[in-house]
Amino acid sequence: MSAVMITRKVRKWEKLPGKNTFCCDGRVMMARQKGVFYLTLFLIIGTCSLFFAFECPYLSLHLSPAIPVFAAVLFLFVMAMLLRTSFSDPGVLPRALPEEATFIEMEIEAANGNVPAGQRPPPRIRNVQINNQIVKLKYCYTCKIFRPPRASHCSICDNCVDRFDHHCPWVGNCVGKRNYRYFYLFTLSLSLLTIYIFTFDIVHVVMRSVDKGFLNTLKETPGTVLEVLVCFFTLWSVVGLTGFHTYLISLNQTTNEDIKGSWSGKNRIQNPYSHNNIIKNCCEVLCGPAYPSVLDRRGLMQEDPLVSATCAAPASSSSNPVPQTTKTTAPLIPNEHTPDEAKPGIAASAEKTPSPKEEQPPDTKIPPLATPETDAETSIAKDKTH
Amino acid sequence: MATEFHNLQELRHNASLVTKVFIQRDYSEGTVCRFQAKFPSELDNRIERTLLGETVRTLNSYYAEAEKIGGQSYLEGCLACATAYIIFLCMETRYEKVLRKISGYIQEQNEKIYAPRGLLITDPIERGMRVLEISVFEDRGSGGSSPSSTMSSGSSAR
Repeated sequence: MSAVMITRKVRKWEKLPGKNTFCCDGRVMMARQKGVFYLTLFLIIGTCSLFFAFECPYLSLHLSPAIPVFAAVLFLFVMAMLLRTSFSDPGVLPRALPEEATFIEMEIEAANGNVPAGQRPPPRIRNVQINNQIVKLKYCYTCKIFRPPRASHCSICDNCVDRFDHHCPWVGNCVGKRNYRYFYLFTLSLSLLTIYIFTFDIVHVVMRSVDKGFLNTLKETPGTVLEVLVCFFTLWSVVGLTGFHTYLISLNQTTNEDIKGSWSGKNRIQNPYSHNNIIKNCCEVLCGPAYPSVLDRRGLMQEDPLVSATCAAPASSSSNPVPQTTKTTAPLIPNEHTPDEAKPGIAASAEKTPSPKEEQPPDTKIPPLATPETDAETSIAKDKTH
Repeated sequence: MATEFHNLQELRHNASLVTKVFIQRDYSEGTVCRFQAKFPSELDNRIERTLLGETVRTLNSYYAEAEKIGGQSYLEGCLACATAYIIFLCMETRYEKVLRKISGYIQEQNEKIYAPRGLLITDPIERGMRVLEISVFEDRGSGGSSPSSTMSSGSSAR
């Protein structure tokens, strides 16, 4: 078999599963849908440009030149925070490689023992004790891992994200452990900027109207009307959002936990991550260490030299079977024991998954990597054969 | 029975992968990065408990140092915020410095302790800080036990 020489260096981001888009050779990481993010950029830049064009010349002359300077500083800070939130890795957890996934499957099989025929296997949950509270860790069928506490799977980006807060279309990215503080500072500074522009718009209109009359003022500076409109609507939403997140930070909760009501209600457990002190909670969330990304997007893909040559894999080094096996839920492999009724169902689910490029069939000694549906199908199939 | 390798190079060239053992995260103290001190039974006759325990304890202390919330982390956070986090483009954060130390420590441990016993520790950051992966090797030349079925998936490790 002739070896295919790969001359282009492939970086790891090109082979990452999930529905992210990458720019600048892996330096920038965003969600797929970016339309609303462009709208956000347009609104902020547009409104600020109008402010600098219409209000600032008048205000710097009649009031103080510090006004546009401070507005410019605030604008730059808002843009920096927005771009940092949008372009950085929110804390994506990489999917389990096949050996790890198999190891976990074997542990689960061992823990479940023999499931009586006809019954669904128990849900895949691990209990851990954190600060004397029992927290349940759920198994992610897409990523094939038990999610760490506070992690959640984002269906839009198709990734498990650590300390998942929410997926924000306005910034075009998930908000998670690594970019939450940038997101919070973005909403806070945007609130300040909106209030600032709104205030000085009013001041400007009032000052000019005293001289020239209200209607003439509007005719001279039409941009003001637009700015006031945008700021008015933005104010309610962004200031409200900032207030909400300030509340969440003081309790050390995420939006996800708040929506699900994880820590509220009488019979539920208290938040085990809160220090029960507002200052401590704020400090941990906002002034904690800057967590590094575990994705290594810009690393180079390489052939593993430790691999023993048992598999006659295609010589092309860039065809990495990992994305194929972990990207989609693995279909149940029919064998001679599968009853005929179950086979069309299996074939239908197999059609949904793209055919893997690997030439060899998966080893039947390994328990087939499961989905929630196959958990039920296996037990029904076992039932029918007995 | 003991497989003798004199250095990491020999391990890479001569050994065949038998299986991989995974040490999971210990979440009893919250979301801080810690690994379980439980000794995996598969390594019973490969390495002494104290050695592996010492490695895991040292790694845990490094991670605790990286994630410590105290004076230095506040200073770093406030300074970075004041510069709109542009300073992170030039400066290395404390966490990244500790990660480099950890990777150096793991390399050293592999060379001195694990490779001579036919084992190899993978840096947790390469596995998303979820598990501490220990690869178990058997010397190809010595005709050891037949490789288990997990080998075929071991080829797609990277």
